[in-house]
Amino acid sequence: MISLHWYMGLAAALFCIGVCGFLTRRNFIMMLLSAELMLNAVNLNLVAMSHYLESLRGQAFTFFIITVAAAEAAVGLGIAIALYQHRRNVHTDSFTELKG
Amino acid sequence: MFTTFFFWYCALVILGCGLLAISLRNPVHSVLSVLVLFFHLAGLYLLLQAEFLAAVQVIVYAGAILVLYLFVLFLINLKEELKLDAFVPGVKLGRGIAVGLFVLLLWALPSFTAGQHGQWTSKLIEENGHVQTLGLEIFTQYLLPFEIAGVILLMALIGGLVLAAKIDRPADNKTASVPEASGQQMEKHP
Repeated sequence: MISLHWYMGLAAALFCIGVCGFLTRRNFIMMLLSAELMLNAVNLNLVAMSHYLESLRGQAFTFFIITVAAAEAAVGLGIAIALYQHRRNVHTDSFTELKG
Repeated sequence: MFTTFFFWYCALVILGCGLLAISLRNPVHSVLSVLVLFFHLAGLYLLLQAEFLAAVQVIVYAGAILVLYLFVLFLINLKEELKLDAFVPGVKLGRGIAVGLFVLLLWALPSFTAGQHGQWTSKLIEENGHVQTLGLEIFTQYLLPFEIAGVILLMALIGGLVLAAKIDRPADNKTASVPEASGQQMEKHP
């Protein structure tokens, strides 16, 4: 039987991977994806605690976190598309400078 | 024995795919490794006797959210366009912050003490079924948060539509090469 601490350690490692990706990547979509990794680490923590404490509260929270993560992805990717269109409109001349 | 093996397999794959996801240069490869990560996270949820959440993880995360990411990745050329300034000045500083946070969390982990045990023992969940017990919990104790989650989804729907709508700039329309933009332009100036 795996103890709760292993799950929490795994969740901590996943969260720190997400933090590292969020801080080091400069790509907007990769930053959003790292935020998803952090949310999943928290979900894993909540589900593991919910199982070991014999309560369903953490799993109900996980359900709501998944909902909010879906909303966050939709709005974040909408921002990405708006940003892309804006930059494309503003920096049209820089298209000639792209390296192939 | 099997659960131990399965846990370590899933943990190793999750950590490996997470590291791959943040280190691969191609964003499509990163999204695909995150897909593998989400499947193994669903496996861990199965191990923790949360079948409904495992199904939701596969359907919503792997099925909907990551496909949305892939669509946006294919829609826009990310390599040159969507660069932001990083929050921290250097890559090494970001890695250092992450490792420091990990050490801090691991240091704080042994002082965790479990709280009060609830009423849903694993035997009870096994008898009633996970979907039924979780549905009972959500629709009785968490009814108001459930409604608020619905409102949040509606807000995300409207916000996504508003944000992704084409910003009308008549002066720049000549140079835009997006198909919808050229269609709009042709309608305006036949």
